[in-house]
Amino acid sequence: MVDVTQQLFNGLVGGGFLAMLALGLAVIFGMLRVVNFAHGAFYMLGAFGAYLLLTEAGVNFWLALLIVPVGLAVVGMVLERAFVHRLTRLDPLYNFLLTFGLALILQDAVKSQYGTQSKPYSRPALLDGSLNLGLFEYPRYQVFVLVFALVVCVAVWLVLARTRVGMIIRAATERPELTRALGIDVGRWVTPVFGFGIGLAGLAGVLAAPMRAVHPAMGADLIITVFAVVVIGGLGSIFGAVVAGFAIGMVQALGNLYVPAASQILVFILMAVVLLWRPTGLFGREEVLT
Amino acid sequence: MLRIESLSAGYGEAQVLRDVSLHVAEGEVVTLVGRNGAGKSTLLRCLMGLHTQQRGLVEFLGRDLARLPTYRRARLGLGWVPDDRGIFASLSVAEHLTLAPPVGPDPWSLRRVYDTFPVLAERRRFPGTRLSGGEQQMLAMARVLRTGAQLLVCDEPTEGLAPVVVRRIGEIIREVKAHGGTVLLVEQNVHFAATVADRHYLLAEGRIAETLDNAEVRERESELLAYLGI
Ligand SMILES: Nc1ncnc2c1ncn2[C@@H]1O[C@H](COP(=O)(O)OP(=O)(O)OP(=O)(O)O)[C@@H](O)[C@H]1O
Ligand SMILES: [Mg+2]
Repeated sequence: MVDVTQQLFNGLVGGGFLAMLALGLAVIFGMLRVVNFAHGAFYMLGAFGAYLLLTEAGVNFWLALLIVPVGLAVVGMVLERAFVHRLTRLDPLYNFLLTFGLALILQDAVKSQYGTQSKPYSRPALLDGSLNLGLFEYPRYQVFVLVFALVVCVAVWLVLARTRVGMIIRAATERPELTRALGIDVGRWVTPVFGFGIGLAGLAGVLAAPMRAVHPAMGADLIITVFAVVVIGGLGSIFGAVVAGFAIGMVQALGNLYVPAASQILVFILMAVVLLWRPTGLFGREEVLT
Repeated sequence: MLRIESLSAGYGEAQVLRDVSLHVAEGEVVTLVGRNGAGKSTLLRCLMGLHTQQRGLVEFLGRDLARLPTYRRARLGLGWVPDDRGIFASLSVAEHLTLAPPVGPDPWSLRRVYDTFPVLAERRRFPGTRLSGGEQQMLAMARVLRTGAQLLVCDEPTEGLAPVVVRRIGEIIREVKAHGGTVLLVEQNVHFAATVADRHYLLAEGRIAETLDNAEVRERESELLAYLGI
């Protein structure tokens, strides 16, 4: 029993990473109709950013948590202006070529500079040690990550649900042409939304640095699962991405406990089942795909 | 207010509009009638800048729209009510009424919208697509009235709706006109058209075949209905 609850807790923490990454992918897809295969690479850059800031400049975790996502968001906006916006009128194949190519370039650039070895990054002192959760002791840092991820997801949801910008993003995600025809300059929001999605990936990366191995392939390993999360949640659905992120985290954790041999493919079996039952995913809508 | 000269448009090889010319003066209600597939919706999409394969002149309030992107056309005062009503599933009814920025000198207040369409006030928290067809049509019209758009461009607003809703839409169009508003209305229901409009353009084979006034429409109603295939 303790094992199961503890494992479910691990699942929630892992799910927090999946949810933040899937959230970024979902807003980017919604606004740009671009599937960002480089998303995992930005997660990796987030972790490396934190590592390099610490080792090269002595910048601590807390500052990195602020600087790295903002820096990567700016990088994302520059890339959107320089390359990604050109995809709108092209065959979707170019979407794959550009973003996947970008992922490989970033990953190999980091690899050639810093090697394939995992880099150590210790937890911030404030979050060292563990917390008694009643049934079991749990690392303080992991609890922080879970709470932080939940706060980020809720905050993004509030912005989308309650603010004017959020309303414009929802409208443009659903019917971009119609939204323009109502007098809204949708194009103005595309670059910031892309930057925001990339920033979220970077944020997840910084959070990962103290608890996961920091190495060049860390994003590539994770991103496949994130895509499954986005598909299960429903392409373009923000809510679906978050719910599916946490759910898949728990499915994976339980898989590790009960069927360790199959834990890797469990997610994809689940994805196939969901798609057979609901081709648009759990919270997806028909229109988004057309 | 609106002047279209020699507008041609098509999809790939298929030519849909050939040298269409028409105009709408301020304060007028003008309908555009034509068979299914005649190109009426295409013409409105050209007007909104949503259809790129087009040639010819489109002038609104004395400005050539050729280089203006879609959102700037809306901001100039073109209020489009699309044929599928264009209601968002992810926006509430109330959000539909605040999404579009005000564009004209005399936008309807939220109060006035809710007084005119009490059902929208009742359902203001509902997602737009949860409304009935008639209510969605009201919402689509209310949304552009709210912006104060100077020219309403409505694409078959009465299609598939119950007679009582059609009458209501007629009343609203007349109210808009009474307040000096201008409407370009795509309509198959020529009987209804004659009750709200001043003039009618008949679009056939990609051209404006005839211009009719209300008396002519009433006189030739059965002939026109047969031609339109209704
Ligand atoms: N996206 C498209 N691609 C190719 N052809 C199209 C497209 N949209 C419309 N057409 C064709 O262009 C012609 C005009 O279509 P349009 O929708 O403008 O007609 P309409 O007069 O509005 O008809 P309806 O009364 O059915 O609404 C039709 O023959 C239609 O098949
Ligand atoms: Mg039509």
